Amino acid sequence: MIEIEHLTKRFPGAATPAVDDISLAIGAGEICVLIGPSGCGKTTTMRMINRMIEPDAGLIRIAGRDVTHVDPVELRRSVGYVIQQVGLFPHMTIAQNVATVPQLLGWEPARIERRVDELLARVDMDPARYRDRYPRELSGGQKQRVGVARALAADPPVMLMDEPFGALDPITRASLQDEFLRLLYALKKTIVFVTHDIDEALKMGTRIAILRAGRVVRFDRPEAILAHPGDPFVAAFVGADRALKRLALLPVASHMRQGDAASDSPAVSRDGDLRDALSILLAAGAEAGVVVDAAGEAAGIITLADIRSALAAPPAAND
Amino acid sequence: MSVLAEAWRYLAAHPAQFMTALGVHVALSGAALLIAAAIAIPAGIYAAHRPGTAFATINVANVGRTLPSLAVLALVMPLLGTGFAPSLFALSLLALPPIVLNTLAGMRGIDPEVVDAARGMGMTRREILWRIEWPLALPVIFAGLRTAAIQVISGAVLAAFIGGGGLGDFITAGIAMMAVPQLLVGAIPVTLLSLGADFAFGALQRRITPPGLRGA
Repeated sequence: MIEIEHLTKRFPGAATPAVDDISLAIGAGEICVLIGPSGCGKTTTMRMINRMIEPDAGLIRIAGRDVTHVDPVELRRSVGYVIQQVGLFPHMTIAQNVATVPQLLGWEPARIERRVDELLARVDMDPARYRDRYPRELSGGQKQRVGVARALAADPPVMLMDEPFGALDPITRASLQDEFLRLLYALKKTIVFVTHDIDEALKMGTRIAILRAGRVVRFDRPEAILAHPGDPFVAAFVGADRALKRLALLPVASHMRQGDAASDSPAVSRDGDLRDALSILLAAGAEAGVVVDAAGEAAGIITLADIRSALAAPPAAND
Repeated sequence: MSVLAEAWRYLAAHPAQFMTALGVHVALSGAALLIAAAIAIPAGIYAAHRPGTAFATINVANVGRTLPSLAVLALVMPLLGTGFAPSLFALSLLALPPIVLNTLAGMRGIDPEVVDAARGMGMTRREILWRIEWPLALPVIFAGLRTAAIQVISGAVLAAFIGGGGLGDFITAGIAMMAVPQLLVGAIPVTLLSLGADFAFGALQRRITPPGLRGA
């Protein structure tokens, strides 16, 4: 869906290129996370996709079409754009903000209004309550929901997101991440997502591109990167606790077994992940825990041995 | 109190003279403000996105702002002579600095993230200027117009010194002849004009501030 080939950018006066011959192929429906230390070129790369920064060399293709030299304004109207500080237009209502790109594209007013209401509902902002409010009346989390709705308004196949949840407190961030993943599951967009937070990358990405000094060091699925970092930089970047991070990606439901546990066994939620399960078992000093479903009914057991063997297994095809 | 009564009597005795002076004063002030706005606002918008030009403009305007009005009016005389037109020229010059400074401040005070979002969504430079920057800068620009209006109304009093007419004629005559009632016939209306303009601009300013920015 998105192909960047040999993309290069050198800023005037810089000794080394900010983006040095980067090539990536991103499939339709993927969330490709760009991550790396400060100055690695992740934001510059993302901003070259919608030509907010013009590449010095290289090619960008979206849906098979070479967009490297087309009119950037026209390109941007077909690519969703979400930034960290949201950038809602303060002098316009929420509805007017969301309606921006459809208006630029000349949609009929009735169609625009329907679309605005539909999108506000999708991001959990009751249209009747919010369409005529102003951005200054909203909280940070609400503003970013509107930001996402605004980016989706013209139904672009591709969206660029530059640390969209970075300015939010951890609780709001986690909740918006979950909501956004649910939204994307329903909408099937191709996303390029920049972050500096490895946990966010592991949670959100179908594939993660780790950048360093303008180059892609690794481009792979989260589980594969965690299981086999491949080099010291990636290993240090994902953190020494990568085994625990891997466990966080594995659901209890996929690794539990049938059976009964001792009556003093701690309870482990079936909807949780293996990292939580490990934590519960260690805290209780137990070898096994009883897995309970949402209603509190016992559904099986999970043992430390199960958790260990989950780590030993190669990363599954669709974890 | 009797001074006021005498002033009123003087005015009642010279209605035509007063109305002419008032008319000239309003015309001078209004025209100077319009001319200055027509030059300063586009100049400010142009300079806003060009740091070098903005720097130079701000410095020139700051110098201009500190020049005494009377000095500017007096300096115009050897170049353009006396009368309405030279006075208008001088007053327009005086009104330029507050308008251009406020236009620059208004444009540069816009949150760059808002402009980045607008550009990223596919607005052209023109659309960004008209749909985003202009409405957001307008309240500040307007404040500059308000300041300039007050300055011009009081500056127009000094036009009397170079034969421009206006309410200043009464004031200068009153000073020269030590006749307080005559002086008041000039001074009080000018004050009322100033207050009225400030009030009117203030009300307009509230009107043109977008609801999303009020009380921010």
